[in-house]
Amino acid sequence: MNHLLRDIAPITDAGWQELEDEARRQLVASLAARKLVDFSGPRGWQHSATNLGRTETVGSAVVEGVAPVRRRVLPLVEPRVPFTLSRAELDDIARGAEDADLDDLAQAARRIALAENVAVFNGWDAAGITGITQASPHQPIGITDDLTTCPRHIARAVEVLLSSGVGGPYGLALSPEVYKSVVETTEHGGYPLFDHLRKILDGPLVWAPGVDGGVVLSLRGGDFLFECGQDIAIGYDNHDAENVELYFVESFSFRVATPEAAVALPTAAAKATRRRR
Amino acid sequence: MPTEQYHEPPGELPEDVRTFARMCTSLIEEAEAIGWYAQRLALEQDSDAAAIMLDAQEEEFKHFSMDLEYLLRRAPLWRAVAQRVLFQPGDITENGDAAEEVFEEGPDDDEAPLIPGSDGSLGIGSLKGMQR
Repeated sequence: MNHLLRDIAPITDAGWQELEDEARRQLVASLAARKLVDFSGPRGWQHSATNLGRTETVGSAVVEGVAPVRRRVLPLVEPRVPFTLSRAELDDIARGAEDADLDDLAQAARRIALAENVAVFNGWDAAGITGITQASPHQPIGITDDLTTCPRHIARAVEVLLSSGVGGPYGLALSPEVYKSVVETTEHGGYPLFDHLRKILDGPLVWAPGVDGGVVLSLRGGDFLFECGQDIAIGYDNHDAENVELYFVESFSFRVATPEAAVALPTAAAKATRRRR
Repeated sequence: MPTEQYHEPPGELPEDVRTFARMCTSLIEEAEAIGWYAQRLALEQDSDAAAIMLDAQEEEFKHFSMDLEYLLRRAPLWRAVAQRVLFQPGDITENGDAAEEVFEEGPDDDEAPLIPGSDGSLGIGSLKGMQR
């Protein structure tokens, strides 16, 4: 048995299968960052830090004449999201029920995916993670509610990246609100805006909960590095006669190797929030 | 073209898991071919035909070994188990039992990625290249 303690949970094999299938459905839809950045791992639960290949000076030498430096590493963070399932629902799954109430699991899955997206795109200061938009040295290009101007903004972002020597293809992460508007919009002549933007980018548009507005980034590889220790898993916490307490957990680090490889496209509201910070 | 090598919807699987599955299927096919040639060689009376079949089977030995090495390089836990079973003297089942200690200790090389899902996770991994 490993650290997830799943073997002592009062859940049948069919129950675990149903929980995992539903979790995967939710996570694959919501894990936007993994659709755009380089993923390495998983390296296991015992993997604790990412090697940065750099050193820092240590205050004083233990022996005179010995130059003291020590390695710098980026510790992995462990987001954990608890959720509760009714044992009656789990019993029904074992009986073959196909409409089990797994809302709490679905919400928890979306929440851990959101945490990952926010860490990658916006950063997580307390965890030492600098996000893609934080690291970008380029002036943000604001997008407005008038999406007919959107192709111009995206083309400008691509031009900024090309001018910085950052090749494509490029991807576009969009907040759910902007994504919905883009999907609904057609340009003069009835051409879908979604398809027009894909042509400009030569890459995907990704539905990205946690993103402010949008982010254009290069997909050439080597620029945005997500290192996974424990990939997202369901673990067991405790149970009583009524409920089973489970949780989602993962461990990861993220670093930006090429800050110039992304341009932020905040909405007006996001820009105002950023100014207030 | 049918994609029976996938147990789950291919569109939901990350690229490295799809490649891993393809190589597993290739390994199976090479092993099947080795078995087929063994049967043909057992019955073939024409020595020229048998020589060609033997040559072909030798190719399959090589293909199987290359496939296996590829998979073991990408699955440290599998490799660690294999190292305790393959090319080892003594009783095969006893070696297999002894190899189970790997599941407690983990693979020796902590820099190499694990088999997707072998860490008790949902095996999601990379989704790069997925649309939407």
